[in-house]
Amino acid sequence: MTDTNDPMAEIRASFFIECEELLEALQDGLQQLEDGADDPETINVVFRAVHSIKGGAGAFGLEPLVRFAHRYETVLDEVRAGRLHADAEAQKVFFQAADHLSDLVRTCRDGSDIDEAAGEALVDALNAFLGDEEEEEVTAEDFQPLRVSFDLDLPAVEESGSAPTFRVVFRPGQELFATGNEPQKLLRNLAALGATDITCDTSTLPRLQELAPETPYFTWTAIVDAEIDEAEIRAVFEFVEGLCDLEITRTDTSNAPDIDLPPLPDPQPEAVPEQSGAEDPPENAADPETPVPVAPAPAEPSRKQTPTAASSGAKSIVRVDLERIERLVNLVGELVINQAMLAQSLDQAGLSPHSDAMNGLEEFQRLTRDIQDSVMMIRAQPVKSLFQRMSRIVREASAAVRKDVRLIAEGEATEVDKTVIERLADPLTHMIRNAVDHGLEQTENRIATNKNPVGEIRLTAAHRSGRVFIEVADDGAGINRPRVLSIAKSKGLISQDAVLSDGEIDNLLFLPGFSTASEISDLSGRGVGMDVVKTSIQQLGGRITIQSEKGKGTKFSISLPLTLAVLDGMVINVAGETLVLPLNVVVETLSVGPDDVQMLRPGAYVVRVRGGFVPLYDLGVMLGYRSPRESQDGAIVLLISLEDGARAALVIDGIQDQRQVVIKGLDDSFYRAPGIAAATILGDGRIALILDPADIIAASGQTPMPDIAQMESLIANE
Amino acid sequence: MTVTVLAVDDSRTMRDMIRMSLVPAGFQVHLAEDGVHGVEVLRDIAPDAIITDINMPRMDGFGFIDAVRQQDTHRATPILVLTTESAPELKQRARSAGATGWIVKPFDPEKLVKALTLVTG
Repeated sequence: MTDTNDPMAEIRASFFIECEELLEALQDGLQQLEDGADDPETINVVFRAVHSIKGGAGAFGLEPLVRFAHRYETVLDEVRAGRLHADAEAQKVFFQAADHLSDLVRTCRDGSDIDEAAGEALVDALNAFLGDEEEEEVTAEDFQPLRVSFDLDLPAVEESGSAPTFRVVFRPGQELFATGNEPQKLLRNLAALGATDITCDTSTLPRLQELAPETPYFTWTAIVDAEIDEAEIRAVFEFVEGLCDLEITRTDTSNAPDIDLPPLPDPQPEAVPEQSGAEDPPENAADPETPVPVAPAPAEPSRKQTPTAASSGAKSIVRVDLERIERLVNLVGELVINQAMLAQSLDQAGLSPHSDAMNGLEEFQRLTRDIQDSVMMIRAQPVKSLFQRMSRIVREASAAVRKDVRLIAEGEATEVDKTVIERLADPLTHMIRNAVDHGLEQTENRIATNKNPVGEIRLTAAHRSGRVFIEVADDGAGINRPRVLSIAKSKGLISQDAVLSDGEIDNLLFLPGFSTASEISDLSGRGVGMDVVKTSIQQLGGRITIQSEKGKGTKFSISLPLTLAVLDGMVINVAGETLVLPLNVVVETLSVGPDDVQMLRPGAYVVRVRGGFVPLYDLGVMLGYRSPRESQDGAIVLLISLEDGARAALVIDGIQDQRQVVIKGLDDSFYRAPGIAAATILGDGRIALILDPADIIAASGQTPMPDIAQMESLIANE
Repeated sequence: MTVTVLAVDDSRTMRDMIRMSLVPAGFQVHLAEDGVHGVEVLRDIAPDAIITDINMPRMDGFGFIDAVRQQDTHRATPILVLTTESAPELKQRARSAGATGWIVKPFDPEKLVKALTLVTG
């Protein structure tokens, strides 16, 4: 959108980016107000955000945006001036108005349509705060770029054919210099209008010892003989109107105006300089422009407060085209691959690990990693903008189902790859809607069970062990397991006599086709089930788990890789194939003795790990590379830990290396093979698949042993 | 002679607009993000005219005009205020704060250049 050469289009694009920032500041400010902040700077920030959007919108002629922003701003100004108290009711409207404003920004940007009715209702709601004195038509008029007319108090000068002649008497007042105006420039501008003859009356100049250097003493008389009307002359003096005595009379005879006066004689200079200042107010009151009752004086309070207001701690920021960053990320990716290749060839050359070349390579590796981290940092963004969108979803969703819901956001500053943030929006929206609609009980039910009538949804983000965790937790009734089970059975998703653990029942929600159609409301029922959420999360290399406690609530946890570009991996051999396993899931490596493996039932094995048992999976079999072996004797086993705390052991043939690999996504044209997350290019230039162990195990249909206590005792023994 | 202008506005869009309007017209444009920044910039340059917004963080337009007028170097520099309102009382307030003139937003390049010409001669 910015590749056009039109500078206006470029500024327009940058205006919409700025709008996003302003909308974020607006949301922040409103949130602070809701949390009880009542310092003047907070409301100032809110006001300024709306004001700036209005200003920019005006420049681009975005009428609907200007109109609404003006209305909103006017109400905020009332709050700012202390004439209106922002109570809970007002805050609610402010939030809605902020939402609508952001809708308007987007529709203006994309040229789409907007829900007019919602806007009207909000304007009404905003007007309600203003009382009756506000004049409806103000907004529309106020922002048309109309030229201010100066001839309202005079009959229009009829054109007569011949060039009119004006006599302009200009006598600067005391204040004129104080505002930075300069008679010489004014007269020069006047002369630029046409043939002008200017004379200066210096008779009022006092003697030198009485002369006050900053007081104007002269009076100029100009005879302007040009094809212009009086308004043009007045326009020259627009800025000094009220700061000087200005008399404009038409002196040509062809069209004598009603005021049939001879040119004024001596302009009584002695009285002027001292009095003109005092004459200001009446002069101004007679201003030809009708005073329009617009936004009441926004300036006075801010003028007092702002100098003391604390700085908002703005960071200095460079805006970079995303494409350039992508390019950099790709180049760094290539650098990592290249470095791996170099390491491999040095290794093959049989260099001593203590040689200079190897030491240098180590340094090189460290630098590469630093560069990579820094580049990733550029792509990282706080999840705040995403969370703010969610708070809007909560507001809208809770209003739709008439529940009182409070969203508590934590860890907004957590930074995540920009792409991840963008692609999280849809699944998260769905989860939040679900939480409001299905997770939380109706208010009366909450009261009946002695719960706080206001439902709570907690949205948190945090970095933990190289991954990003995002949780959506409600304090509702928890998953109705008998109901979920019966739905799954009636839909034929599980067999009628299946016996499932609580955790397994909860996971039924993620099954395609589960979507509880019978209880669909207009809110969350849009044909999108949790299975779609799960798929979107998986596509991001993430995982979603669910925890629920009856009467206490339900928590969905999403775990995501920090970046979509690189991964610390363990390079392994399985049945002659080279594969990569994410290093962060690997807990330890073991080799299996003759008595370590036990069969639970045919095809299901466990391995003894220091007194505990962990389910054993043969990777070669699960990926279809080979048929099951008779015995796992002497096999190498990787003990892995999954997000939900469960452990599993994977049988592999050998470990090659631990290294950083660049993730190359598998094209959509590939069939999505269970257990395969992506691919990478190894140091020798060969391609290796990157595994997703949790997915492999899920696909095997055999659940890992979720016996956390057992595992913990195992770890404690270590 | 090149006319030097300092434009103070917290909105990037506005700063871009001002620059885009003035540079092709032959002005040399300096930009500042708010009043405090504007005062800092003024330590190093003596512009022929200043354009300032009113609503800004840290130091608003009125505070900025006050600060400028208190400096001997700049007390006679023409200052144009950017305002969205054309109401007379706002003009009056701008003037009593020491502003030379005003530009009613939204402005087009022509309007901006014209206003600047009015005060710089």
